[in-house]
Amino acid sequence: MTDGKLIDERASLQAKTRELQRSANEIRLSAMMMTHHSGLGHTGGDLSASDILATLYLGNVLKVNPAEPDWPQRDRFVMSKGHCSGAFYSALAFRGFFPHTMLGSFMDPLSMLNGHPDRNKLPGVEANTGPLGHGLPIAVGCALAARMRGESWRTFVLTGDGELNEGSNWEAAMTAQQYGLDNLVVIVDRNRIQQGDFTDKIIRMDPMGAKWKAFGFAVVELDGHDHEALLSCFASLPLEKGKPTCIVANTIKGKGISFAENKPAWHHGVPTSDQLVQAAAELGLEVTK
Amino acid sequence: MSDALGVVGTPSHEVKLYDCRDAYSLALEAMAAADERVCALVSDSVSSTKLKSFSQKFPERFVNVGIAEQNLVGVAAGLANGGMIPFACAASCFLTARAMEQVKVDLGYSKSNVRLCGMSSGMAYGELGPTHHSIEDLAWTRIIPNLAVVVPADPAETAAAMHYSLGHKGPMFLRISRMPVRAVHAEGFEFTLGKAHTLRQGDDVTLMANGVMVSRALDAADLLAKRGIHARVLNMSSMSPMDVDAVLDAARSTRGIVTAEEALAAGGLGGAVAEILAVNHPAPMRILGVPGVFAPTGSAEFLLQHFGLTAAGIYNAALDLLGEKG
Repeated sequence: MTDGKLIDERASLQAKTRELQRSANEIRLSAMMMTHHSGLGHTGGDLSASDILATLYLGNVLKVNPAEPDWPQRDRFVMSKGHCSGAFYSALAFRGFFPHTMLGSFMDPLSMLNGHPDRNKLPGVEANTGPLGHGLPIAVGCALAARMRGESWRTFVLTGDGELNEGSNWEAAMTAQQYGLDNLVVIVDRNRIQQGDFTDKIIRMDPMGAKWKAFGFAVVELDGHDHEALLSCFASLPLEKGKPTCIVANTIKGKGISFAENKPAWHHGVPTSDQLVQAAAELGLEVTK
Repeated sequence: MSDALGVVGTPSHEVKLYDCRDAYSLALEAMAAADERVCALVSDSVSSTKLKSFSQKFPERFVNVGIAEQNLVGVAAGLANGGMIPFACAASCFLTARAMEQVKVDLGYSKSNVRLCGMSSGMAYGELGPTHHSIEDLAWTRIIPNLAVVVPADPAETAAAMHYSLGHKGPMFLRISRMPVRAVHAEGFEFTLGKAHTLRQGDDVTLMANGVMVSRALDAADLLAKRGIHARVLNMSSMSPMDVDAVLDAARSTRGIVTAEEALAAGGLGGAVAEILAVNHPAPMRILGVPGVFAPTGSAEFLLQHFGLTAAGIYNAALDLLGEKG
């Protein structure tokens, strides 16, 4: 490869990560506007997961088709941390699964946008989540289905770190190992805060990577806000043939918003109008109607 | 009925008794052979679910998730998402109680095409004690929206319900008994969800039962006939949805209803029938089941006798309802 070609590729990657940064920030602001609208939501986790969701949905990682949401060969993405629906719905809307104007009905009476996702209401949702520890077993089942059918689509699941207190995750991890599901990718949004407090003060989850390794996963730890690292990792799946992958994405709860970063109270904090304006400014965006 | 369908005993009057698990496992193998979407899951329970043969014939469509019922149901939901038709099979007591949130959310709320096969339900594990009895399962499952609940009475109905489930859209819970039962339906019987099956016509009193209690209700009808009382016998295998018309017709055209189930008397068949009657056509009822206690230890047959879940018990309840002396 010539130096010129390398430089071109570098420039193209930089353009892509700049684009993803902007998309992630749009997801952030959208989620905060939704939470402001409904007076309910999970701002901290929305913000920690935004870069992961942007990379998956808008970085051309997930093979999905918004025009045919039930396309049998699609990659499955299971949003196990279903409480972060603000960011999830925004990512789906920006990917084109439904008009982004629908985001304004978040948690309204009879809205399709429940506080937690409902696959029978909203295109692009694979699983009804909300109670924690449901997503990984479902994702394991999806990965087994692809194998039984001899199909090449992959399954991704995003879990919280507090969520991993639930034992069902580890039941599913053992099954994934036993069946060598290298078409399964678990992403842990390791923001170190759960509803009540810092995870270290409730149930210490360290060493997180070593836990997954002990459960038979090929593990990588990365900065969950680094789009280039995320893209590069997603491009090299499976990390190891015959093993499920776990990506421990180290993140900051409330990422990108000075008054929310790393504050347990922002787990389900609701921004005021003034805070929304400030958040938009910090994200380099404007509050829109 | 062929001997291949698990004849487990022949009582003195030469009636063959069957273990419904044999009919279920044969049906599952036949469906898997005909439809490559059919797969089976167990939670280590290969022998109690009678799926050893399935696991050998279809190893690539057999999943053992280990002793982990929550995972079992979640994995089944994922398989359904991926286009498979999974049958998740485990002891009913653990499958329903341990995994209830997954049954509610991953199956009922999600409308997942999963079939749960609750094995050895009721008090089949009598001697093992209340931890292993599954007498709460009917009350728990029948109230979950979108979840069909079926309690087959004999091998023919077990096989028919299994085959029916293949074309059903949405989740279904099949409660499969291991208690020896005699055949009450002819071979080739066709199951329809939401329909009560009339096994005997009668206009004096209606006996409604499901599962292992159906043959006992028929025997009770024989006893009543000897006194000139004509009992209608309905097999209420379809617990949810329930045949509301059949229930109302029984209330209107007979003098009352006796229900009998191998389950808690609260919340199951009797409860479901009472809910329908209370707001439509109140009628005298007797509800036979386990009366709000954890059952003692003892064989399944002992426990059924203990709680009056017998032909004589149903007979006496019918006489009481009709105001006649036993």
